[in-house]
Amino acid sequence: MSYLQVQGLAKRFGTSCIFEGVDFAVQKGEFVCIIGHSGCGKTTILNILAGLDAASAGAVIMDNREVAGPSLDRGVVFQGHALMPWLSAMRNVAFAVRSRWPDWKRHQVHLHSQKFIDMVGLTGAEHKKPSELSGGMKQRVGIARAFAIQPKMLLLDEPFGALDALTRGNIQDELVRICAATQQTVFMITHDVDEALLLADRILLMSNGPAARIAEIVDNPLPKPRERQQVHHDPGYYRTRNHLVDFLVNRSKTYQLEEYRNEARRRRRH
Amino acid sequence: MRLRLLAGVLSLLFLAVLVGAWHLATLPKGAAAAADSEYAKLVGAQAAVGAKSAFPTPADLGRKLAEHVSDPFYDRGPNDKGIGVQLGYSVARVLLGFLLAALVAVPCGFLIGMSPLVYRALDPFIQVLKPISPLAWMPLALFTLKDSNVSAIFVIFICSIWPMLINTAFGVAAVRREWLNVASTLEVSPLRKALVVILPAAAPTIMTGMRISIGIAWLVIVAAEMLVGGTGIGYFVWNEWNNLSIANILSGILAIGLVGMLLDFLFSRLQRAVTYTE
Repeated sequence: MSYLQVQGLAKRFGTSCIFEGVDFAVQKGEFVCIIGHSGCGKTTILNILAGLDAASAGAVIMDNREVAGPSLDRGVVFQGHALMPWLSAMRNVAFAVRSRWPDWKRHQVHLHSQKFIDMVGLTGAEHKKPSELSGGMKQRVGIARAFAIQPKMLLLDEPFGALDALTRGNIQDELVRICAATQQTVFMITHDVDEALLLADRILLMSNGPAARIAEIVDNPLPKPRERQQVHHDPGYYRTRNHLVDFLVNRSKTYQLEEYRNEARRRRRH
Repeated sequence: MRLRLLAGVLSLLFLAVLVGAWHLATLPKGAAAAADSEYAKLVGAQAAVGAKSAFPTPADLGRKLAEHVSDPFYDRGPNDKGIGVQLGYSVARVLLGFLLAALVAVPCGFLIGMSPLVYRALDPFIQVLKPISPLAWMPLALFTLKDSNVSAIFVIFICSIWPMLINTAFGVAAVRREWLNVASTLEVSPLRKALVVILPAAAPTIMTGMRISIGIAWLVIVAAEMLVGGTGIGYFVWNEWNNLSIANILSGILAIGLVGMLLDFLFSRLQRAVTYTE
């Protein structure tokens, strides 16, 4: 039994179907990325996993329990950093820590929050408000906040989408390091094929909407630990990368047609 | 810095021109025919014959102001109280009415802002009640509350409630979805969410409503006190009209302006304290 199981998930608004028949599983300690074009419902899937949105059909089961609403078991890093602008970086993290452990003393909350602020490399900036932080630093605070509650699973909604390449690289390195250290189970949305190859153990490819599906699940063949500076020298790197890019450029559009033809061929054979 | 200095100098210049024009306009003119004796009694013999303007000169007002400032808090019976005492009554009424309004408006605004259903249900009432001049409530208040002082406070209450109510509802409804999502994923209790997430997020909008409310309340209290009488700066101004002491009326007007400015300044400070930059 997998740690997280998603079965027959679908989301419809009236007559229009965003996605349907979405099935996948995530093992404990696994890092899974989902790639697809805008509008295919990636964020909706993540919100359903988080318990912030309800599916039209299907079920999400985590740790043998059905996901019925938001929970401290699943930490979310939002697309926009979603920090509270009136609180300092430290107090944003402390807000989450206090929610997770309401009985903790102020000192304990502070120590724990500081540990995670240090972990994302923001030591010294903890008393700054989000408006005084750069985009990358804000996203780091968001990551620290999600990790600080030590959730069973982490959900990342395109966390680095709005960052410049250099900052993005640095934070990706941090994320690799932190995930390796904490054995965190992660589900992450991305647009970036290289990011997926660096971070993910498995990559879910989603076809275009409407009625999007998971077209293919690609196992990342690159051995761990992967490093950003080294990973593209691996002989298997470009083969997998090309496969992913081909999917995004061509097959994501034609996938449904492809499926339809396959189905017809199968029928003809019988 | 240079700009501020220049602006200050220009302000003083404007003041000088204003006072100068006023001074020239109220200069004593040559003696004219003898006036009606009743009128002479009222405005003073010199003014009646036109030797002196009935309108006080800047110097007259200056002397009057000095009098008020040197002894603002005397109390010599119902119709002779210091300007400080009268202002104190007015400010107390405004603050009391405003505070009661805030106690009602902020929680109700929260409720309206959080629930689209309640918002739609209450909207027609708010739309009808909001444009009513607060003074129109005065007779009803006097009849039901049977106390002029309480009625004045009620009028302040009813006029301060709308801006606060509407702004609170708007601020609460406009809280960013993602902050609420953060609170949801952290399983924050509804009460804690209201106090720790929604309240600070909506605080700048709520404070704007409060600032508008206190401004309106200060406008309304003068008229309300003219109606109910007894005490307060509005009553003072009306009483000085009955005494035909223009200098006192002018002093009252100036005091109303200064206190209004002070109240607004206070709330602008509070507003700045809760404002955040995204």
